[in-house]
Amino acid sequence: MEFDGWTALIGTGTVVAVFVVVMLMVILAVWAERRVAAVMQTRIGPNRAGPFGLLQTIADGIKLLMKESITPRQVDRLVYELAPLLAVLPAFLALAIVPFGPGFCIGGQGTDCSGGYFVDMQIANLNVGVLWFLSMSAIGVYAALLAGWGSGSKYPLLGGVRASAQVISYEAALSLSVVPVVVAAGTLDTQGIVLAQSQYRWFLLPLFIPALFFFVAALAETNRPPFDLVEAESELVGGFHTEYSGVRFMLFFLAEYVNVVTISALFVTFFLGGWTGPYPVAGSVNWAPLFGAIWFLAKTVCIIGIFFWLRVTLPRLRYDQLMALCWKRLIPINLVYLMAVAVWVAYQATGDLPRLVGGG
Amino acid sequence: MAIGVGAIAKGLWVTLRNAMRKPVTVQYPEVIRPKPERFHGRHVLNRYGDGMEKCIGCELCAGVCPARCIYVRGADNPPEAPVSPGERYGYVYEINFLRCIYCGLCVEACPTEAITMSNLFEFSFTDRDDAIFGKDLLLVDPDGTPKHSGSHYDPRSLEESGGWMRATSPGGDASYEGIPGWSADAGHGVRAAEAGQGADPADPEQVLAGHRDDVGLAGRGAAPEALDFGALAKKAGLSGKETPT
Repeated sequence: MEFDGWTALIGTGTVVAVFVVVMLMVILAVWAERRVAAVMQTRIGPNRAGPFGLLQTIADGIKLLMKESITPRQVDRLVYELAPLLAVLPAFLALAIVPFGPGFCIGGQGTDCSGGYFVDMQIANLNVGVLWFLSMSAIGVYAALLAGWGSGSKYPLLGGVRASAQVISYEAALSLSVVPVVVAAGTLDTQGIVLAQSQYRWFLLPLFIPALFFFVAALAETNRPPFDLVEAESELVGGFHTEYSGVRFMLFFLAEYVNVVTISALFVTFFLGGWTGPYPVAGSVNWAPLFGAIWFLAKTVCIIGIFFWLRVTLPRLRYDQLMALCWKRLIPINLVYLMAVAVWVAYQATGDLPRLVGGG
Repeated sequence: MAIGVGAIAKGLWVTLRNAMRKPVTVQYPEVIRPKPERFHGRHVLNRYGDGMEKCIGCELCAGVCPARCIYVRGADNPPEAPVSPGERYGYVYEINFLRCIYCGLCVEACPTEAITMSNLFEFSFTDRDDAIFGKDLLLVDPDGTPKHSGSHYDPRSLEESGGWMRATSPGGDASYEGIPGWSADAGHGVRAAEAGQGADPADPEQVLAGHRDDVGLAGRGAAPEALDFGALAKKAGLSGKETPT
């Protein structure tokens, strides 16, 4: 398959499609979070803008666009301007490796799609997809850190310091929760991880502990309650984004929800079988890619719902509890589990347990 | 850690359970919840059934007001066209609603039940002077309807302007269960007494006992018994040693 105009068009189309889908999900997520919170607090919630208040996010967005972006006098101009961009860009870039569906063939023949164009339902089908995601979420730390430093104000600084410690710590826990998946699937390619879970061999059951820890680390990684110490409004005013207003604040807000969507999508990819579903079996029906996307988005929405549910329920952790949870529970248990998984996978491959555990 | 997981599950169940309950909030501008019977809204000046003003200009309300927000100037009734029954009437009556703390002491002080608190609360000012309501806004219409300022209000409020007075003013003594102890209002007549104050209306001793307490006159019957704090405390479940002295 050579590179030509069609390839470029398909690539661009994929990017636009993913962007549109994710932006729609973000818009609905912001609205849904407020409605879910309201229902759980026996309130009504936003219901004025559009039917059921669905346009509330649009209204909020327009409001933030119209508002003045105040730049405080004490800021470090370059760092201050850079931080919101560093929040949004990695959030969207991490989306590139999310497989929304099985991929399909246009105009080609056979399983290798000869003579046609194979369309991946993801922006980039990288063979190091997992690493790409981990590195992008690591870059996201800089947003909170630089925002806190560049604002030239004490509350953002405290938020930034918390962000650096919290997110870097949980980055380790998050990575260690993904490694068992990679070991079990035998690939770093997200599409390959999904295929390894076909026929309902979801990793959720055999890798329940890593799945649970991945979810906990995901909450901390996205600064969602109960791990929202970075922007703890009862302690730090607004945390790292205290000094941001208008469009710049909107970018932080957008990044948070894009991160929530991304990490929920990756939870589905790693542990809930991705786009596989009861109907149809991949590739057997013409509409398989569409159904794949529907299963995938349905699962993702469920995970996002759990994010909201936890947010309404749990109080914020104390800082030392947060660190103790990560370093004394998640990481050691994950390491032990990783070793067990590795031994098991090697045993399945070689059938020679005694040599594996060093017995001879 | 296991305990923590249990606690989280418990918390998740609490939020889930609450999600199934009906919302406690209402869509306020469209839906207005009924106010409690003793709601402390803004004051009104009442009239008798024949349209006469109840206020006699005695200034007891202004005297008792802890916020000093009431200004009253009385005047002699013109003999040919009296405003109120009696010698004097409230010539000027002003309440500054920026100072009023809505305590209701003026209502309790009023000897003629002229001032009561309504259920009206939706009023706003664009000027400090607008917050001072004179008789033109405080006095009810000859048919007993309070004046309302502002475009949004609960129509029921216009009917419920005498609620607080009924419960607590001297005429509306709690022991007068089922016995209206106050004068008629223009447009509303004699309002029904508030139910559930505790005294049994069928027992004249109970009704009178309450009244005796109120006026404190031994001549109207047996003197009220001295309060036995020990017995009261025992009744409330306290030990004998903790009786107040």
